[in-house]
Amino acid sequence: MNFASLAKTLIVSTAATALALSLAGCVPNLRGTQTDAGNGPISVDSSADACSLSITSAPSGNIQFVITNSGSQVTEFYILANDGLRIVGEVENVGPGTTRDLVIQASPGTYYTVCKPGMVGTGIGNAAFTVTDSGTEIVRSADTQALIDTAATNYASYVRNEIDLLVAGTDAFAAAYVSGDFDGARTLYPSTRMHWERVETVAESFGDLDPKLDLREADLEEGQEWTGWHAIEKDLWPQNAESGFIAYNQTKRDHLAGLLVADTATLKTNVHTLTFTLPQLTNGAIGLLDEVATGKVTGEEEAWSHTDLWDFQANVDGALVLFGGVREVLLQKDPALAAQLDTEFSTLQGLLDGQRTESGFRLYTELGVAEVKALADQVNALGEPLNKLTAALVLK
Amino acid sequence: MKEPLKLSRRGLLGLAGVGLAGAGLGAGIAVGVDGVTGGGIASRNAANDPPGLRYDFYGTHQAGITTPAQDRLHFAAFDVAPGTSRADLIELLQDWTVAAAAMTQGKELGEFGAGSANYDAPPEDTGEAVGLPVAGLTVTIGFGPTLFSSSTGEDRFGLLSRKPPELVNLPHFAADDLDPASSGGDLCIQACANDPQVAVHAIRNLTRIAFGRAVLKWSQLGYGRTSSTSTSQKTERNLFGFKDGTANIKNENASDVADFVWTASSPSSPWMAGGTYLVARRIRMTLETWDRASLREQERVTGRTKAEGAPLSGGTEFSETDFSATAADGSRAIDPQSHVAQAHASHNGGAKLLRRGYNFVDGNDALGRLNAGLFFISFQKSPEQFVTIQKNLAKNDALNEYLKHVGSGIFAIPPGAPVGSFIGSSLFLT
Repeated sequence: MNFASLAKTLIVSTAATALALSLAGCVPNLRGTQTDAGNGPISVDSSADACSLSITSAPSGNIQFVITNSGSQVTEFYILANDGLRIVGEVENVGPGTTRDLVIQASPGTYYTVCKPGMVGTGIGNAAFTVTDSGTEIVRSADTQALIDTAATNYASYVRNEIDLLVAGTDAFAAAYVSGDFDGARTLYPSTRMHWERVETVAESFGDLDPKLDLREADLEEGQEWTGWHAIEKDLWPQNAESGFIAYNQTKRDHLAGLLVADTATLKTNVHTLTFTLPQLTNGAIGLLDEVATGKVTGEEEAWSHTDLWDFQANVDGALVLFGGVREVLLQKDPALAAQLDTEFSTLQGLLDGQRTESGFRLYTELGVAEVKALADQVNALGEPLNKLTAALVLK
Repeated sequence: MKEPLKLSRRGLLGLAGVGLAGAGLGAGIAVGVDGVTGGGIASRNAANDPPGLRYDFYGTHQAGITTPAQDRLHFAAFDVAPGTSRADLIELLQDWTVAAAAMTQGKELGEFGAGSANYDAPPEDTGEAVGLPVAGLTVTIGFGPTLFSSSTGEDRFGLLSRKPPELVNLPHFAADDLDPASSGGDLCIQACANDPQVAVHAIRNLTRIAFGRAVLKWSQLGYGRTSSTSTSQKTERNLFGFKDGTANIKNENASDVADFVWTASSPSSPWMAGGTYLVARRIRMTLETWDRASLREQERVTGRTKAEGAPLSGGTEFSETDFSATAADGSRAIDPQSHVAQAHASHNGGAKLLRRGYNFVDGNDALGRLNAGLFFISFQKSPEQFVTIQKNLAKNDALNEYLKHVGSGIFAIPPGAPVGSFIGSSLFLT
């Protein structure tokens, strides 16, 4: 049964308008194109000297490949566009004897498939693959790559700008802290950290800098030196520390502040030349919301200052910037997902706005159980569709 | 026959499917669909006939009620999320129906299931049931009183006029010590299976599908059934060590099922015809005290023998109780305060329940006592049956010394759905 006739059947069988509307969620699946043509997943056998497909054509729409590595080296499988260069889909790191799946969304045309045992060189078994017209319309735009390039460029600028602000704020914070201006330091603490939290997933990509700058006490290993923001946080809010906590001496304060300034300066140098790919952009947004779900909404991030909502807002800011950058692309590929993300971001921001005060946000400890639950529920409501973003955009 | 429903795009979002990138497709279908695309259901096993006991999901009544009680339970109560519209709620029920129908037939959720699909997307199915038998999974969906009207009487989804008069919060019973955090809820799902992971997988994925539309309020695992709902089953024991549910309604007894379980059409709520009402009670047992009680005391308060489960008036497990029988000392053989006496239909105006309870042990409390007991579930054509019996038990049952009711819920269980429809369609669409 084709889509149109099923749709008619549904309408005809439902006299009530309400039911017809309610069936809005009930249209057939995209895979229909492939299964209607009698094709299941396409098997790919990547051996030492061949790259053989069970069939070399498929109707347009979603096409599923099941890649089995029968060779002795780790392999890769690529589907290339008709220029033989642009990668439409790829699976990397398929170990000997293992099987991995790949789904692409392809419009009619000629493609090339190639395996790359050993993951080096130009690959073997390069062969044409034909996608026939199933009638499934696939939205494409010549501008897509330009939009992605713009998003990547803009995001790199955003990251550099936030890190510049972080450096300036950190310098002022450190100066206040070492000079004994603790009130000043406490005021600067959450607002400065927002610049870090907005681009946290980027900062975290520098494996050694992240623990130096942002490690929580609970995450310390035995014997590990504790440095960074949270080590100073505890000293600034000693009344919230465990009983018996002894305030740091000036030598330690100078040491911690000096490291914070120096490590943040190193971060600035590192991000200067960063560039971003589309999956890095989309996964960055996903990663930031995961940060909210695991650390901020639970109040674990700021154990003594309780300024978790500043971090929460900053993570959301960063995720929204990332989403905003690719939103135009998403509007071409999946406008409904874009609309849902717009709604869920807006709802989450509304909840956060409800917690604003003159100086920023209410402290985590001032929130009621129901308020935390509402925030957590909305993080879940946003997180589920947001985690679709990479797949929706990376599928060509 | 109608085609089965397909998952909505939001349902698929919950499943993180890959089959929803084709926005152009949704627009092309022209059924007044606003950018909605659907998704199929992957088969869990290569063969389309997964092993193990299977029950139909679609039918006149929902499964999981008179179905022979499975060994394991995961019960969940949900609240509808703020901002959810009536249309969203209908869509959620459709998605739950599609997903539940698939899982009860041993299929993985989504277009590609747990282990396939786009490497950049989360898998559609969470995967922990892959390779397991279907294990007789049933999924039973219900509606709490707060779905129809909020605590302030607000008609949340245009359902107030259809609210059954019976569907109100249970009254306070003597010695109730209910935790609001594990009571009530707008919606409920009972998942029963003979494998605990299969039941958990069902609740987990249905919860995931609901994100943004409904949120988990509380949930309860039950690891061992205490009731038998079929004469083909032997009577299992509760944590007191006694057989539980000997006198339960069995599905082979058609007149009991008709008289006490299925709700008939009524002018106020015709949509409940073929449905029933579910009462859930989390009953904590103080096992440490119980275990110190003499066998004489244990049997006296229960009214049955511990080993055989026979009434103290004599005979074997299924012998009729004789409340007039006397012991050698001239006292009643069955203490009138005993549980079996107080719970008996003859002491409750003839009321009977179909019980489907499960033992639970949720770790221990701060005092080193097992946090354990009975997650009581009963189905009845009217909540009044439960209220009558529980009012009596709360006041008179000798077993109360060892019990505390700490959680409570009441839900209207709508009738089953035919293929192509969804659970709750009679409420929303007729």
